[in-house]
Amino acid sequence: MTEISGMRAHRVYVPRDSAALALGADRVAAAVAAEAAKRGIAVDIVRNGSRGLFWLEPLVEVQTPSGRIGYSNVQASQVAALFDSGWPARAIQDGEREMAPVDPHGSWEAPMPDCVGRVDAIPYLAKQQRLTFARIGVTDPLSPTDYEAHGGLAGLRACLALDAEAACQTVLDSGLRGRGGAAFPAGIKWRTVSRAEASQKYVVCNADEGDSGTFADRLIMESDPFVLIEGMVIAALSVGASEGIVYVRSEYPHAIAMLEAAIGIARREGWLGADVLGSGRSCELRVAKAAGAYICGEETALLESLEGKRGVVRAKPPIPALSGLFGKPTLINNVITLASVPYIFAHGAQAYREFGMGRSQGTLPVQLAGNIRRGGLVELAFGVTLRTLLDEFGGGTASGRPAKAIQVGGPLGAYLPSAQWDLPMDYEAYAAVGAVVGHGGVVVHDDTADMAGLASYAMEFCALESCGKCTPCRIGSTRGVEVIERIRRGDTSTRQVTLLHDLCDTMVSGSLCAMGGMTPFPVRSALEYFPADFGLPDGAKRAEAA
Amino acid sequence: MVPTPHATLAPLLARHAGRAHELLPLLHALQDSEGYVDPAHVPAIAAALNLSRAEVHGVITFYHHFRSAPPPATVVQVCRAEACRSRDGEALVAHVEAATGARIDGEPCQGIGVESVYCLGQCALSPAVTINGELHARVSPTRFDALLAATREEVAHD
Ligand SMILES: Cc1cc2nc3c(=O)[nH]c(=O)nc-3n(C[C@H](O)[C@H](O)[C@H](O)COP(=O)(O)O)c2cc1C
Ligand code: SF4
Ligand code: FES
Repeated sequence: MTEISGMRAHRVYVPRDSAALALGADRVAAAVAAEAAKRGIAVDIVRNGSRGLFWLEPLVEVQTPSGRIGYSNVQASQVAALFDSGWPARAIQDGEREMAPVDPHGSWEAPMPDCVGRVDAIPYLAKQQRLTFARIGVTDPLSPTDYEAHGGLAGLRACLALDAEAACQTVLDSGLRGRGGAAFPAGIKWRTVSRAEASQKYVVCNADEGDSGTFADRLIMESDPFVLIEGMVIAALSVGASEGIVYVRSEYPHAIAMLEAAIGIARREGWLGADVLGSGRSCELRVAKAAGAYICGEETALLESLEGKRGVVRAKPPIPALSGLFGKPTLINNVITLASVPYIFAHGAQAYREFGMGRSQGTLPVQLAGNIRRGGLVELAFGVTLRTLLDEFGGGTASGRPAKAIQVGGPLGAYLPSAQWDLPMDYEAYAAVGAVVGHGGVVVHDDTADMAGLASYAMEFCALESCGKCTPCRIGSTRGVEVIERIRRGDTSTRQVTLLHDLCDTMVSGSLCAMGGMTPFPVRSALEYFPADFGLPDGAKRAEAA
Repeated sequence: MVPTPHATLAPLLARHAGRAHELLPLLHALQDSEGYVDPAHVPAIAAALNLSRAEVHGVITFYHHFRSAPPPATVVQVCRAEACRSRDGEALVAHVEAATGARIDGEPCQGIGVESVYCLGQCALSPAVTINGELHARVSPTRFDALLAATREEVAHD
């Protein structure tokens, strides 16, 4: 508690990430300020980021000697009644009460906000392994002193002591692989850009986050933007670039605003600019706003967009690491990849490598979404199973009905049936069953889901978002919708099903990028695991093969 | 006061002149101030940035974000992506159509337009919508009606 004009002010935290805002957090903060003023109670309101326990948002916390005590689903209309009950001073007693060691379920639209006890003791949070997201929800996202007090800049300082070769080796040794989808070893990419000879190089952060079920990038940008900035400066210094660009989707205006504010602060603090932390080295960052095209998440389409053109995919080679933005060597990494780097430099490659399994090292920010009771961000070492995520963290479906299919890795990822929910989350283990971990998005569907409808939607989305460069993707997706709709209308003849399989094969083998090349993943998995939804008998696949 | 088109366009053309790669920031600035990108501006933009008119037109039409006509007074965007579908998002679409009288991605009705959007980053709190740019999560049909009524009131007061 801080001292304000002789009165002990209660420190109250009201999150400001867009999920909290979408549930009225700004009105809650205003109501707390107004009510406190009316009653002559001194409060010091901190707009922290969200902890990622979204089902509890707006999650208002009060600082007490025994830690931060949380109140879930606070609505502006309840704030006066909350004060009537003796709040925020009451939080001290609430903090001493024993809370059940189970995850709170949230009480959206309940008559009064529920006390969820000490927030960092909530099992959902306590059981996580937060490395990249360690500061999320704890700090004020735009406070540089808060950032440094919670370990910020240690990674950048460590990096400044290394030469480029050693810095790239650190990333390589950590085992970090790209978190944007393709899972390419980050250290190899960094070294390629670092060793390329050029007068000008760029670092581009891919913050297009178009996949349904993913919000980890958004959460970092809104709740701890400095960690991304620090990661980008480390990357720029390591590969010999002095300019970095963050390409953010236009659907995220709040993330754009937070990032721009944070970049301004970082520049004022000397973390950016002509003399990074007094090292004599320079690094500038800026934000580029995208314009609502899913394909611009693909790295070469993204570069075309940054050059002011239509987001049409480029053929590779040349790879962007050698010839990227304006033909110059360009390091392109996802938000989470870059935000993971400060931890690696601060604690050492080995410390990061100790998490995970096989060739999937470190932690994966899993995003629990869709029909799930406790949706939110779960950062854990690779190797966790969907069943653990769904039951232990997620608390089952939101509808209370049995879960039926889980789509992992965004709209291009397969639908996994219950039989595969015990597979460890690991890039190779997933690849072995034709699934992808991708960006770690997990979207749960309950038993009312119409898998044929979702398969049709997958094709429709591809048709809508195709860049148009190759025929299998551009035309095949439209044909895909037609065939699936014919099957759904009852034409389940072997001919239609064979046609759909052929179409999927053509898209997989004939597409230039993963948009056309992977759209068949959700379609085929729906067909294979949920044939009844298409009006097909279970043995359809076998009969057809015969 | 709404700026006249030329008052907005001229400084933008000057700022980005000769820099073809700055076409997107220019279009964003134009749409932010005027609400849309008037096709009548295409020749001037093309000339200033050393691009063909076809290239400028191609960019405007490629990106879903850019509008070629003024937006309706109230724009409702409803998420159609998977996480929202898993929580009755498509039923919400039908409800929004019924409540507003507008068809999704079709003609507006009484100043309200309804549009599809593909993921607003609220997938843990689906379904999600925006109303005049303001984000709302966990939107049930009842909650949508309340939000729309509040917006109608605001619009009436303006
Ligand atoms: C259709 C398509 C969409 C993509 N969307 C994204 C995206 O939204 N964000 C992202 O980081 N990567 C996306 N990717 C992957 C990028 O092409 C690229 O692999 C990634 O940005 C590299 O960064 P990383 O190695 O750090 O993952 C997409 C790829 C494809 C084919
Ligand atoms: S697969 Fe589709 S999105 Fe990818 S390059 Fe071809 S047409 Fe473009
Ligand atoms: S799928 Fe609707 S907000 Fe992400």
